[in-house]
Amino acid sequence: MDITVNILLTIATAATPLLIAAIGELVVERSGVLNLGVEGMMIMGAVGGFGATYLTGSPWIGLLAAIAMGAVFSLLFAVMTLSLATNQVATGLSLTLLGLGLSGMMGTSFVGQPGERLPNLYIPGLTEIPVVGRLLFGQDPIFYISIALTAAVMWFLFKTRTGLTLRSIGDSHTSAHALGIKVIRYRYLAVIFGGACAGLAGGHLSLVYTPQWVENMSAGRGWIALALVVFASWRPWRVLAGAYIFGAVWIGQLHAQAFGIPVPSQFLSSLPYLATVVVLVLISRNKRLTMMNTPASLGQPFVPDR
Amino acid sequence: MSANQDGTNLLEVRSLTKIFGTLTACDHIDLDIARGEIHALLGENGAGKSTLVKMLFGSLEPNSGEIFWNGQAVRISNPGAAKKLGIGMVFQHFSLFEALTAAENIALSLDDGSPISSIAAKARALSFSYGLPLDPESLVGDLSVGERQRIEIIRCLLQTPQLIILDEPTSVLTPQEADKLFETLERLRSEGKSILYISHRLEEVKRICDRATVLRHGKVVGHCNPREETASSLARMMVGNEVQAVVRAPVEGIDKAPPLLEIRNLNRKPATPFSIPLKGINLNVRAGEVIGIAGVAGNGQGEFFESVSGEVLQQNAASVRIRGKDAGGLSITGRRLLGAAFVPEERLGHGAAPRMKLSENLLLSRHATDGKAFVGSGGMVKSGAIQAASQRIIEAMDVRKSAPDPEAAALSGGNLQKFIVGRELDRRPSVMVVNQPTWGVDAGAAAHIRQALIELSRSGSAVLVISQDLDELFEISDAIAVMHNGELSKPMPIAEATFEKVGLLMGGAEPGHAEHSLETA
Repeated sequence: MDITVNILLTIATAATPLLIAAIGELVVERSGVLNLGVEGMMIMGAVGGFGATYLTGSPWIGLLAAIAMGAVFSLLFAVMTLSLATNQVATGLSLTLLGLGLSGMMGTSFVGQPGERLPNLYIPGLTEIPVVGRLLFGQDPIFYISIALTAAVMWFLFKTRTGLTLRSIGDSHTSAHALGIKVIRYRYLAVIFGGACAGLAGGHLSLVYTPQWVENMSAGRGWIALALVVFASWRPWRVLAGAYIFGAVWIGQLHAQAFGIPVPSQFLSSLPYLATVVVLVLISRNKRLTMMNTPASLGQPFVPDR
Repeated sequence: MSANQDGTNLLEVRSLTKIFGTLTACDHIDLDIARGEIHALLGENGAGKSTLVKMLFGSLEPNSGEIFWNGQAVRISNPGAAKKLGIGMVFQHFSLFEALTAAENIALSLDDGSPISSIAAKARALSFSYGLPLDPESLVGDLSVGERQRIEIIRCLLQTPQLIILDEPTSVLTPQEADKLFETLERLRSEGKSILYISHRLEEVKRICDRATVLRHGKVVGHCNPREETASSLARMMVGNEVQAVVRAPVEGIDKAPPLLEIRNLNRKPATPFSIPLKGINLNVRAGEVIGIAGVAGNGQGEFFESVSGEVLQQNAASVRIRGKDAGGLSITGRRLLGAAFVPEERLGHGAAPRMKLSENLLLSRHATDGKAFVGSGGMVKSGAIQAASQRIIEAMDVRKSAPDPEAAALSGGNLQKFIVGRELDRRPSVMVVNQPTWGVDAGAAAHIRQALIELSRSGSAVLVISQDLDELFEISDAIAVMHNGELSKPMPIAEATFEKVGLLMGGAEPGHAEHSLETA
């Protein structure tokens, strides 16, 4: 029983950073902007979170620093692609490269330093309930943020006027402009929100997952988050499902490898990717729904004619 | 105008100028609109009408000139500012979001915080009271052009503006729908609202407009009272010279000519919950004739065109036959290679790739059929030959543009249509299928396109024209069939066809029954 709970907890820990980064990117892409810099913003969040914790001793300050780091770093992308209308793909890629390099440089003195982990939630009486206690009331704070964030983004996108406006910009920025919607302003806010989420996801890595600083510790999670958004056809609950499927198969194959199952480890390592793609492709078979949810102006620079 | 109570006009424009590169789209335009008048803005494609109204709606900023609203100088820097003043607009190139529902589209242009469900109810009520039925829950992507325009009009009316700008509003409406719209406009005028009405249809301008301002090449060339003018005198002001009437020589012995396009028992299941199924369509188009297909927007014409052009393949290959060969299983390119040519309804995105140059668009549709002329050995593109062909089409169709080889999206709607039709005509196809050939195209250019289609048929090709413009179909067709709810009536020879008969079929009367009741009546 205990081992099952432990496995479930590790799955949640593995899925949380993917979920947060992907939900942030989902909002960005719903506004019609493709930011391939998730990996870079994530690693900047990780180094910022660890650094602030190291300097102040408080992982809570580290958490805020991680969010701020991601947001500020995404602002660079926003200025380039939105105000200067540069190519979003190229700018996003360079943001990732810059983030990986810059974080390595900023983190040289943190390597090998002990970190401080964000404390898990503890509610006397509730957390001690067998099995469900630890799952529901004993996880790290970012886990709860990630679930609340998913619900909030769902509500925002599909139930609020502002969310509708954001989706309309993603569908056709020229039509939105013709209606007098401030396309660039909305996109700035979306990109910064996405950056803050990626930063928070990075903070989860260096404050919860493995509370220390290792260069390149994001290890491709930003790319997985990006892929999740597309395979989930830009729908928040599917992103949640995708992140958890990925996390579950990931943890599962680690255990399988530890057991010494006679299957090449390379194949096992590729399973999480394969399983996530298959499941998400299966649930997005409905072409009509996919058409409705795909932001048609994704990746196109917007220059209002004046 | 008597409605002009306090001496000031609602809107006054003085010396408004807009320059794009070397092209002066609007050159010192003056325009006055009084309260409670319907003011027509006339002009050919590229005369500067769209540029002018975009400046009035804040989508474009003028280089110089002044705008006065209720006598106050105003600067309309964005559409939001225009809406705040009380200017509403119905666009020619729709500003709708395809992935959203009609109600969501309407909600987006209203600034109050009312919930979408109440907007849907309001929109439904308003649309029925003005005779423009609309399902607020339907997805815009599934709607026809005519239905999309209803959303635009309803959306504009819900904002209760003082000045309503309508850009080509009737071009996709049936005569009955247009009549409803005119009633609406007259009702709005009686409520003291002003309307700026852009149209190429001179008869309707004469019918409903109080005053007209005529533009040519970016300049105001005259003001007039359209009721005192004739359609041809208005056309002369617009074009600068006489518009040639379309001539259609009768054809003899068409029954003996071989059918070049045969549609046999064509069926199609609806692709989306909102589209129309096609039910057992049969039609022969013979060499030398023009067949017109009439119908209210959204009765399966789009689905029919897709099936004939090969955008959607048929399971039964014999259901579409081109020049005697089964083509139902062939792609668009395969059908083109059999000698067919297609002009779809949507110019941008279907007829042309918006962000590609005209010459590139030419290559895109003709690389297979004109492979030898345009593509050299090793697949290298012969840009010289393409440029020459592109230039030939531009001259033949009198396409007006602002650069030597502009992007398709940079052309006005009518000019792009002239290029797209010209691109297909240039091939001398033996089967030509056109959907809405002159939607949003001015009188001079429309006459040009219609005459070219007739001449193509008379040179031995089969021409099929799908249109919502009945005047156009009566002008060019040798026989007219009507599409209603996915079914096609038998083609009626033009000598027997009347507006009334066709109108009844468009409204859904039984084909046999309608003719019968008219004959006995």
